[in-house]
Amino acid sequence: MTKQGVVPDSFSEPFWDAANEERLVIQNCRDCDRLQHPPAEACRECGAGDSLEWKPVSGRGTIYNYGVVHDCPVRLLQKDQPFNLAVITLDDDPGIQMFSHLPGTPVDDVPVGAAVEVIFEPTANGQLVPEWRVIAD
Amino acid sequence: MNTPTAPDAMYRNDEGLGLWEHRGKVAAVGVGHAPTARRWDGRPETCVGAISIQALRQAIDDAGVAPEQIDGLVVVPVTTTGAFWEEGKPLPMDVIESFQQTDDPLDGVAKLSAEWLLANMPELTNVKFTMYGPGCMSNALNVAAQAVGDGLTHTCLVVKSWHNFEGRYYQSGANAEEALPGTAAMTRLWGGPASYGTALQFAEYCRKYGKTHEMMAPFMENSRRNGLMFPEGYWAQHRPEELGREDYLAARWIAKPANLFDNDIPIMMSGAYLFSTAERAADMKQKPVYILNHASSNARPRSLTPTLDEVEAETARTARKIYEGAGITADDLSFENMYDGFSLFHQFHLEGLGYRGIKFGEALDFYQTDISIEGPNPVSPSGGNVGSGRSRVWMHTDCIQQLQGRAGPRQVTGVTPEVAVSGGPMPLGGNFTVWSASPD
Repeated sequence: MTKQGVVPDSFSEPFWDAANEERLVIQNCRDCDRLQHPPAEACRECGAGDSLEWKPVSGRGTIYNYGVVHDCPVRLLQKDQPFNLAVITLDDDPGIQMFSHLPGTPVDDVPVGAAVEVIFEPTANGQLVPEWRVIAD
Repeated sequence: MNTPTAPDAMYRNDEGLGLWEHRGKVAAVGVGHAPTARRWDGRPETCVGAISIQALRQAIDDAGVAPEQIDGLVVVPVTTTGAFWEEGKPLPMDVIESFQQTDDPLDGVAKLSAEWLLANMPELTNVKFTMYGPGCMSNALNVAAQAVGDGLTHTCLVVKSWHNFEGRYYQSGANAEEALPGTAAMTRLWGGPASYGTALQFAEYCRKYGKTHEMMAPFMENSRRNGLMFPEGYWAQHRPEELGREDYLAARWIAKPANLFDNDIPIMMSGAYLFSTAERAADMKQKPVYILNHASSNARPRSLTPTLDEVEAETARTARKIYEGAGITADDLSFENMYDGFSLFHQFHLEGLGYRGIKFGEALDFYQTDISIEGPNPVSPSGGNVGSGRSRVWMHTDCIQQLQGRAGPRQVTGVTPEVAVSGGPMPLGGNFTVWSASPD
């Protein structure tokens, strides 16, 4: 399924540039050694704005939870309804979540707790976006 | 007059604050509601500004005060969460020109300012205090209670209104575009509907505690039943249909496990209240309902969406704040009236409160018992948004009316209405008011 395109802005550009290189980076506070996602202008723990960096992560995670979207507000995705929409937690820090459509996983047959790995898929304008795929046993 | 948004100091966000300093010294007296509609029909007399005036005048009349006695006005300026005036759509000039205008042509049509209300309610000649309580009536009530307690106003109106236009919620704007800005795209590319986050929490709840979506059916039936006894509500006014178990469970999914009825129906509505000091309220037309405390939750999840652990920690913390400031315990609650839009998070509020001693994971079992207004454990006697449409107001009106003994056919009969709490919206992020039939 093809997601809306992405027009990177100055704040998000490092994340999207990394995605185009098939690397996953997450915002990190050097002072706290703490990841945060979604990213923000300042660390949500210490409040510092000048200690934030984009840190490469392993691209391994776990399916934490999921729902099945039957009535999507995004026009471009409506033709693909119903679809899985899962929450992935990163192995690097299980407190950090990312969304996923779980490509390759049947609708409403989602193995919660299963291991996943990041892949990168093109959006409508060619920008690559991180997605997640169940790792085969 | 330039109306400010309420500062953080107006809210009681922290634990350990002790009893609210104005406990029992502020009262709600008057209630006003405009007729509801599914959508705006384009006429001046039904625009969101006009129905707000209607509700406010009804609250004034209900309290039996002269308009010139009113010196305060607290307004929720946003009148939708998902029905926006599309960019480039021609302005409804016939409507706009029917009213005194502000600098914003959509004021009174797609939003609401205190200035617009005062310009169009010339009878309010003595309002010297105005403030915005953003988001919900729950927020505005906290602001008004604190303002009256602090002496910023002695007789204060509070209003929250909703507009709803043609077309579907959330389906215009960025959601209709071919591309998103990069920062928004990091969270929005996946297309979750508004109820998706709540659906996730409910799914996690069911997995952890061994519950099912089917177990929601008694709550939904009970809420619609109560809503049909709420003459101010949408379903009672326009579609007096019961919601049976089979109807509920057969509804189409929106974000499974949230179905159509788990999502409240957007409507046009306005609700208003008149608050005053306990001393002044004693001479008004209706029995005063005293405010024992207000409390707020402003927690944020660690990442994209709250986990069940985060939800349970915050609802428990909110309850501690509610009880501490009011000087009550869960045992003092006559009934339960927390927010329900979306229905699948109502049990989080209920469990956080520890209503009737229930613990985390027990609310859906509790729903299988007698939760009716006739029983000893009323749940959502207002019927909430499930029973009367999207307003985030019904539970407050119901608490006031129940404690005044004028909830009509909705009046609880299995308990004596003495103390209640209402509020929301979200388990992480909301505002709550404790009401009492007596000031102490």
